[in-house]
Amino acid sequence: MSIKADDFVDITDVVCPVTFVKAKMGIEELEDGQILEVKLNEGEPLLNVPRSFKDEGHKVIEVNDNGDGTFTVFVEKSGL
Amino acid sequence: MEITNEQMERYSRQIILQGVGGKGQKKLLQAKILIIGTGGLGSPASMYLAAAGIGTIGLVDFDNVDLSNLQRQIVHSTNDIGRPKVLSAKESITAINPDVDVVTYQKIVNAGNLKNIIKDRDYDFILDCTDNFPVKFLINDACVLLQKPFSHAGILGFKGQTMTYVPGRGPCYRCVFQTPPPSDAVPSCKQAGVLGVLGGIIGTLQATEAIKYILGLGNLLTGYLLIYDALTMDFRKVKLSRNKKCAVCGEKPTITKLIDYEQPKCEAKR
Repeated sequence: MSIKADDFVDITDVVCPVTFVKAKMGIEELEDGQILEVKLNEGEPLLNVPRSFKDEGHKVIEVNDNGDGTFTVFVEKSGL
Repeated sequence: MEITNEQMERYSRQIILQGVGGKGQKKLLQAKILIIGTGGLGSPASMYLAAAGIGTIGLVDFDNVDLSNLQRQIVHSTNDIGRPKVLSAKESITAINPDVDVVTYQKIVNAGNLKNIIKDRDYDFILDCTDNFPVKFLINDACVLLQKPFSHAGILGFKGQTMTYVPGRGPCYRCVFQTPPPSDAVPSCKQAGVLGVLGGIIGTLQATEAIKYILGLGNLLTGYLLIYDALTMDFRKVKLSRNKKCAVCGEKPTITKLIDYEQPKCEAKR
Protein backbone atom coordinates (compact mmCIF):
# COMPACT_ATOMS: atom_id res chain seq x y z
CA MET A 1 0.00 0.00 0.00
CA SER A 2 1.73 3.07 -1.25
CA ILE A 3 -1.09 5.52 -0.56
CA LYS A 4 -1.19 7.25 2.79
CA ALA A 5 -4.77 7.71 3.99
CA ASP A 6 -5.89 10.51 6.29
CA ASP A 7 -8.65 8.42 7.84
CA PHE A 8 -9.96 4.87 7.77
CA VAL A 9 -13.47 3.44 7.94
CA ASP A 10 -14.49 -0.22 8.05
CA ILE A 11 -17.90 -0.86 6.52
CA THR A 12 -17.69 -4.65 6.51
CA ASP A 13 -19.86 -4.75 9.65
CA VAL A 14 -22.93 -3.17 8.03
CA VAL A 15 -25.17 -3.91 5.03
CA CYS A 16 -26.78 -1.75 2.33
CA PRO A 17 -27.88 1.02 2.61
CA VAL A 18 -25.85 1.62 5.76
CA THR A 19 -22.63 0.76 3.93
CA PHE A 20 -22.57 4.03 2.02
CA VAL A 21 -24.05 5.96 4.94
CA LYS A 22 -21.09 4.95 7.09
CA ALA A 23 -18.60 5.61 4.29
CA LYS A 24 -20.19 9.01 3.57
CA MET A 25 -19.99 9.97 7.23
CA GLY A 26 -16.33 9.05 7.15
CA ILE A 27 -15.46 11.30 4.23
CA GLU A 28 -17.50 14.21 5.65
CA GLU A 29 -14.93 14.65 8.37
CA LEU A 30 -12.11 15.19 5.87
CA GLU A 31 -10.95 18.31 4.01
CA ASP A 32 -11.00 18.43 0.20
CA GLY A 33 -8.00 16.57 -1.20
CA GLN A 34 -7.59 14.32 1.83
CA ILE A 35 -7.83 10.56 1.39
CA LEU A 36 -10.20 8.10 3.04
CA GLU A 37 -9.36 4.40 3.20
CA VAL A 38 -12.48 2.23 3.16
CA LYS A 39 -12.55 -1.49 3.89
CA LEU A 40 -15.57 -3.13 2.33
CA ASN A 41 -16.94 -6.51 1.35
CA GLU A 42 -16.89 -7.82 -2.20
CA GLY A 43 -20.18 -8.00 -4.07
CA GLU A 44 -22.85 -5.36 -3.51
CA PRO A 45 -20.74 -2.90 -1.41
CA LEU A 46 -17.87 -3.05 -3.92
CA LEU A 47 -20.30 -2.41 -6.77
CA ASN A 48 -22.19 0.45 -5.16
CA VAL A 49 -20.01 2.32 -2.68
CA PRO A 50 -17.28 3.48 -5.11
CA ARG A 51 -20.00 4.50 -7.59
CA SER A 52 -21.82 6.52 -4.93
CA PHE A 53 -18.55 8.26 -4.01
CA LYS A 54 -18.09 9.24 -7.67
CA ASP A 55 -21.68 10.53 -7.83
CA GLU A 56 -20.85 12.90 -4.98
CA GLY A 57 -17.70 14.19 -6.68
CA HIS A 58 -15.06 12.13 -4.87
CA LYS A 59 -12.27 10.34 -6.77
CA VAL A 60 -11.63 6.64 -6.30
CA ILE A 61 -7.86 6.45 -6.67
CA GLU A 62 -7.12 2.83 -5.89
CA VAL A 63 -8.90 -0.46 -5.25
CA ASN A 64 -7.01 -3.36 -3.66
CA ASP A 65 -8.19 -6.96 -3.31
CA ASN A 66 -7.31 -8.14 0.17
CA GLY A 67 -7.83 -11.76 -0.91
CA ASP A 68 -10.20 -12.55 1.96
CA GLY A 69 -13.47 -11.43 0.45
CA THR A 70 -12.79 -7.81 1.37
CA PHE A 71 -11.41 -4.91 -0.63
CA THR A 72 -9.73 -1.69 0.36
CA VAL A 73 -10.67 1.43 -1.56
CA PHE A 74 -8.84 4.76 -1.41
CA VAL A 75 -10.97 7.82 -2.10
CA GLU A 76 -9.85 11.43 -2.52
CA LYS A 77 -12.40 13.88 -1.19
CA SER A 78 -13.87 16.15 -3.91
CA GLY A 79 -11.20 14.85 -6.29
CA LEU A 80 -13.45 14.87 -9.39
CA MET B 1 -22.45 13.32 19.64
CA GLU B 2 -21.84 10.07 17.79
CA ILE B 3 -24.36 8.47 15.45
CA THR B 4 -24.85 4.78 16.24
CA ASN B 5 -25.05 2.02 13.63
CA GLU B 6 -28.76 1.71 14.47
CA GLN B 7 -29.28 5.44 13.84
CA MET B 8 -27.32 5.14 10.58
CA GLU B 9 -29.84 2.54 9.48
CA ARG B 10 -32.91 4.42 10.76
CA TYR B 11 -31.91 7.66 9.05
CA SER B 12 -30.03 6.09 6.12
CA ARG B 13 -32.39 7.42 3.44
CA GLN B 14 -31.82 11.02 4.51
CA ILE B 15 -28.16 10.79 5.58
CA ILE B 16 -27.45 9.61 2.02
CA LEU B 17 -28.98 12.81 0.61
CA GLN B 18 -26.52 15.38 -0.67
CA GLY B 19 -26.58 18.32 1.71
CA VAL B 20 -27.72 16.24 4.68
CA GLY B 21 -25.13 13.61 5.60
CA GLY B 22 -24.12 12.70 9.11
CA LYS B 23 -23.55 16.36 9.96
CA GLY B 24 -27.09 17.25 8.94
CA GLN B 25 -28.51 14.32 10.87
CA LYS B 26 -26.65 15.50 13.97
CA LYS B 27 -28.18 18.95 13.51
CA LEU B 28 -31.64 17.35 13.39
CA LEU B 29 -30.94 15.23 16.47
CA GLN B 30 -29.86 18.34 18.34
CA ALA B 31 -32.77 20.49 17.11
CA LYS B 32 -35.68 21.61 19.29
CA ILE B 33 -39.01 22.26 17.62
CA LEU B 34 -42.19 23.49 19.29
CA ILE B 35 -45.54 22.48 17.78
CA ILE B 36 -48.48 24.53 18.98
CA GLY B 37 -51.66 22.55 18.36
CA THR B 38 -51.74 18.77 17.92
CA GLY B 39 -54.74 18.70 15.59
CA GLY B 40 -55.07 18.49 11.81
CA LEU B 41 -51.80 20.30 11.08
CA GLY B 42 -49.84 19.31 14.16
CA SER B 43 -50.52 15.58 13.73
CA PRO B 44 -48.62 14.96 10.49
CA ALA B 45 -46.06 17.66 11.30
CA SER B 46 -45.16 16.05 14.62
CA MET B 47 -45.05 12.55 13.13
CA TYR B 48 -42.74 13.47 10.25
CA LEU B 49 -40.49 15.57 12.47
CA ALA B 50 -40.25 12.68 14.91
CA ALA B 51 -39.52 10.24 12.11
CA ALA B 52 -36.79 12.55 10.79
CA GLY B 53 -35.08 12.44 14.17
CA ILE B 54 -35.72 15.90 15.58
CA GLY B 55 -34.18 15.51 19.02
CA THR B 56 -36.64 17.55 21.06
CA ILE B 57 -40.29 18.12 20.13
CA GLY B 58 -42.50 20.30 22.33
CA LEU B 59 -46.25 19.78 22.03
CA VAL B 60 -48.78 22.37 23.20
CA ASP B 61 -52.49 21.56 23.41
CA PHE B 62 -54.97 21.89 26.26
CA ASP B 63 -57.65 19.75 24.64
CA ASN B 64 -58.73 16.12 24.87
CA VAL B 65 -59.18 13.81 21.90
CA ASP B 66 -62.74 13.87 20.54
CA LEU B 67 -64.34 11.39 18.12
CA SER B 68 -64.86 14.20 15.58
CA ASN B 69 -61.09 14.89 15.56
CA LEU B 70 -60.16 11.52 14.14
CA GLN B 71 -61.19 12.30 10.56
CA ARG B 72 -57.99 14.36 10.23
CA GLN B 73 -55.90 14.30 13.43
CA ILE B 74 -53.92 11.20 12.57
CA VAL B 75 -51.55 11.27 15.53
CA HIS B 76 -54.51 10.21 17.72
CA SER B 77 -56.38 6.90 17.67
CA THR B 78 -59.88 5.74 18.52
CA ASN B 79 -58.58 4.35 21.82
CA ASP B 80 -57.39 7.84 22.76
CA ILE B 81 -60.85 9.45 22.84
CA GLY B 82 -61.17 11.48 26.03
CA ARG B 83 -57.43 11.50 26.72
CA PRO B 84 -55.27 14.64 26.64
CA LYS B 85 -54.06 15.23 23.09
CA VAL B 86 -50.50 15.98 24.19
CA LEU B 87 -50.24 12.58 25.87
CA SER B 88 -51.84 10.72 22.99
CA ALA B 89 -49.50 12.48 20.54
CA LYS B 90 -46.48 11.82 22.74
CA GLU B 91 -47.24 8.09 22.73
CA SER B 92 -47.58 8.00 18.94
CA ILE B 93 -44.36 9.93 18.46
CA THR B 94 -42.40 7.78 20.87
CA ALA B 95 -43.72 4.68 19.15
CA ILE B 96 -42.43 6.03 15.82
CA ASN B 97 -39.05 7.09 17.17
CA PRO B 98 -37.82 6.59 20.73
CA ASP B 99 -34.86 8.91 19.97
CA VAL B 100 -37.17 11.91 20.37
CA ASP B 101 -37.48 13.75 23.68
CA VAL B 102 -41.14 14.85 23.76
CA VAL B 103 -42.01 17.75 26.06
CA THR B 104 -45.73 18.29 26.69
CA TYR B 105 -47.54 21.48 27.67
CA GLN B 106 -51.21 20.81 28.40
CA LYS B 107 -52.17 24.47 28.36
CA ILE B 108 -54.21 27.07 26.50
CA VAL B 109 -51.59 29.43 25.13
CA ASN B 110 -52.11 33.05 26.07
CA ALA B 111 -50.22 36.30 26.43
CA GLY B 112 -49.14 35.25 29.89
CA ASN B 113 -47.51 31.89 29.11
CA LEU B 114 -46.48 31.68 25.45
CA LYS B 115 -43.08 33.33 25.75
CA ASN B 116 -42.21 31.12 28.69
CA ILE B 117 -43.21 27.99 26.78
CA ILE B 118 -40.94 29.02 23.87
CA LYS B 119 -38.13 29.87 26.27
CA ASP B 120 -38.59 26.65 28.29
CA ARG B 121 -36.27 24.68 26.00
CA ASP B 122 -35.15 27.64 23.89
CA TYR B 123 -36.85 26.12 20.85
CA ASP B 124 -35.12 26.66 17.48
CA PHE B 125 -38.26 26.74 15.33
CA ILE B 126 -41.97 26.98 16.08
CA LEU B 127 -44.93 25.56 14.16
CA ASP B 128 -48.25 27.36 14.38
CA CYS B 129 -50.66 24.44 13.96
CA THR B 130 -53.57 26.21 15.67
CA ASP B 131 -57.10 26.73 14.44
CA ASN B 132 -57.98 30.29 15.41
CA PHE B 133 -56.88 33.83 14.62
CA PRO B 134 -56.26 35.23 18.12
CA VAL B 135 -53.65 32.54 18.82
CA LYS B 136 -52.12 32.93 15.36
CA PHE B 137 -51.45 36.61 16.07
CA LEU B 138 -50.20 35.73 19.53
CA ILE B 139 -47.70 33.22 18.13
CA ASN B 140 -46.55 35.69 15.48
CA ASP B 141 -46.00 38.46 18.00
CA ALA B 142 -44.22 36.16 20.46
CA CYS B 143 -41.89 34.89 17.73
CA VAL B 144 -41.14 38.41 16.49
CA LEU B 145 -40.48 39.68 20.02
CA LEU B 146 -38.26 36.68 20.84
CA GLN B 147 -36.71 36.71 17.33
CA LYS B 148 -37.67 33.09 16.68
CA PRO B 149 -38.46 31.63 13.23
CA PHE B 150 -41.85 30.02 12.79
CA SER B 151 -44.16 28.47 10.24
CA HIS B 152 -47.71 29.80 9.99
CA ALA B 153 -50.46 27.67 8.50
CA GLY B 154 -54.22 27.52 8.28
CA ILE B 155 -56.72 25.16 6.68
CA LEU B 156 -60.43 25.50 6.05
CA GLY B 157 -62.80 23.78 3.66
CA PHE B 158 -60.77 22.64 0.66
CA LYS B 159 -58.02 25.24 1.01
CA GLY B 160 -54.90 25.75 3.01
CA GLN B 161 -52.13 28.30 3.31
CA THR B 162 -48.70 28.55 4.84
CA MET B 163 -45.84 31.02 5.17
CA THR B 164 -42.55 31.07 7.04
CA TYR B 165 -41.17 33.87 9.17
CA VAL B 166 -37.47 34.15 9.84
CA PRO B 167 -36.29 37.26 11.74
CA GLY B 168 -34.75 39.78 9.36
CA ARG B 169 -35.64 37.74 6.27
CA GLY B 170 -39.04 39.02 5.17
CA PRO B 171 -42.48 39.83 6.46
CA CYS B 172 -44.16 38.52 9.58
CA TYR B 173 -47.78 37.34 9.66
CA ARG B 174 -48.89 40.73 10.96
CA CYS B 175 -47.18 42.53 8.05
CA VAL B 176 -49.67 40.71 5.83
CA PHE B 177 -52.76 40.45 8.03
CA GLN B 178 -52.70 43.46 10.34
CA THR B 179 -55.29 42.33 12.90
CA PRO B 180 -57.54 39.34 13.52
CA PRO B 181 -60.85 39.45 11.66
CA PRO B 182 -63.98 40.17 13.70
CA SER B 183 -64.75 37.02 15.66
CA ASP B 184 -68.00 36.36 13.77
CA ALA B 185 -66.63 37.11 10.28
CA VAL B 186 -64.87 33.83 9.65
CA PRO B 187 -66.35 30.37 10.14
CA SER B 188 -64.31 27.90 12.13
CA CYS B 189 -63.48 24.37 11.00
CA LYS B 190 -66.36 23.24 13.18
CA GLN B 191 -68.84 25.43 11.29
CA ALA B 192 -67.36 25.20 7.80
CA GLY B 193 -65.77 21.78 7.75
CA VAL B 194 -62.37 20.80 6.45
CA LEU B 195 -61.11 18.04 4.21
CA GLY B 196 -58.91 15.89 6.44
CA VAL B 197 -56.05 15.58 3.96
CA LEU B 198 -55.55 19.35 4.04
CA GLY B 199 -53.89 18.98 7.42
CA GLY B 200 -51.64 16.32 5.92
CA ILE B 201 -50.62 18.44 2.96
CA ILE B 202 -50.11 21.74 4.74
CA GLY B 203 -48.84 20.29 8.03
CA THR B 204 -46.27 18.26 6.12
CA LEU B 205 -45.17 21.43 4.30
CA GLN B 206 -44.64 23.03 7.72
CA ALA B 207 -42.50 20.08 8.80
CA THR B 208 -40.55 20.41 5.53
CA GLU B 209 -39.83 24.07 6.30
CA ALA B 210 -38.67 23.22 9.82
CA ILE B 211 -36.32 20.50 8.56
CA LYS B 212 -34.92 22.79 5.82
CA TYR B 213 -34.39 25.58 8.34
CA ILE B 214 -32.50 23.28 10.72
CA LEU B 215 -30.38 21.88 7.86
CA GLY B 216 -29.89 25.28 6.21
CA LEU B 217 -31.03 23.83 2.89
CA GLY B 218 -32.90 25.33 -0.05
CA ASN B 219 -35.31 28.24 0.00
CA LEU B 220 -37.90 28.81 2.70
CA LEU B 221 -41.37 30.32 2.28
CA THR B 222 -40.08 33.60 3.67
CA GLY B 223 -41.69 36.47 1.80
CA TYR B 224 -44.27 34.16 0.25
CA LEU B 225 -47.71 32.87 1.15
CA LEU B 226 -48.32 29.47 -0.40
CA ILE B 227 -52.00 28.85 -1.06
CA TYR B 228 -53.30 25.41 -1.93
CA ASP B 229 -56.72 24.65 -3.39
CA ALA B 230 -57.54 20.95 -3.28
CA LEU B 231 -60.46 21.27 -5.72
CA THR B 232 -58.59 23.00 -8.54
CA MET B 233 -55.29 21.36 -7.50
CA ASP B 234 -53.50 24.71 -7.67
CA PHE B 235 -50.51 25.67 -5.57
CA ARG B 236 -50.16 29.46 -5.73
CA LYS B 237 -47.15 31.29 -4.31
CA VAL B 238 -47.97 34.90 -3.55
CA LYS B 239 -45.02 37.23 -3.06
CA LEU B 240 -45.23 39.34 0.08
CA SER B 241 -43.26 42.33 1.27
CA ARG B 242 -42.35 43.53 4.70
CA ASN B 243 -44.56 46.30 6.02
CA LYS B 244 -42.34 49.03 7.43
CA LYS B 245 -45.32 50.20 9.46
CA CYS B 246 -46.05 46.74 10.87
CA ALA B 247 -47.23 47.09 14.45
CA VAL B 248 -44.86 44.42 15.74
CA CYS B 249 -41.89 44.05 13.35
CA GLY B 250 -41.96 47.50 11.71
CA GLU B 251 -39.64 50.44 12.24
CA LYS B 252 -41.71 51.93 15.03
CA PRO B 253 -43.50 48.98 16.64
CA THR B 254 -46.51 49.76 18.80
CA ILE B 255 -46.81 46.18 20.04
CA THR B 256 -44.06 45.51 22.54
CA LYS B 257 -45.85 42.91 24.63
CA LEU B 258 -48.33 40.16 23.85
CA ILE B 259 -52.04 40.81 23.46
CA ASP B 260 -54.89 38.38 24.13
CA TYR B 261 -57.58 38.95 21.51
CA GLU B 262 -61.07 37.81 22.32
CA GLN B 263 -61.79 34.29 21.14
CA PRO B 264 -64.99 33.58 19.25
CA LYS B 265 -67.50 32.33 21.80
CA CYS B 266 -68.13 28.89 20.32
CA GLU B 267 -64.44 28.37 19.72
CA ALA B 268 -63.01 29.47 23.01
CA LYS B 269 -60.47 26.73 22.80
CA ARG B 270 -57.35 26.04 20.82
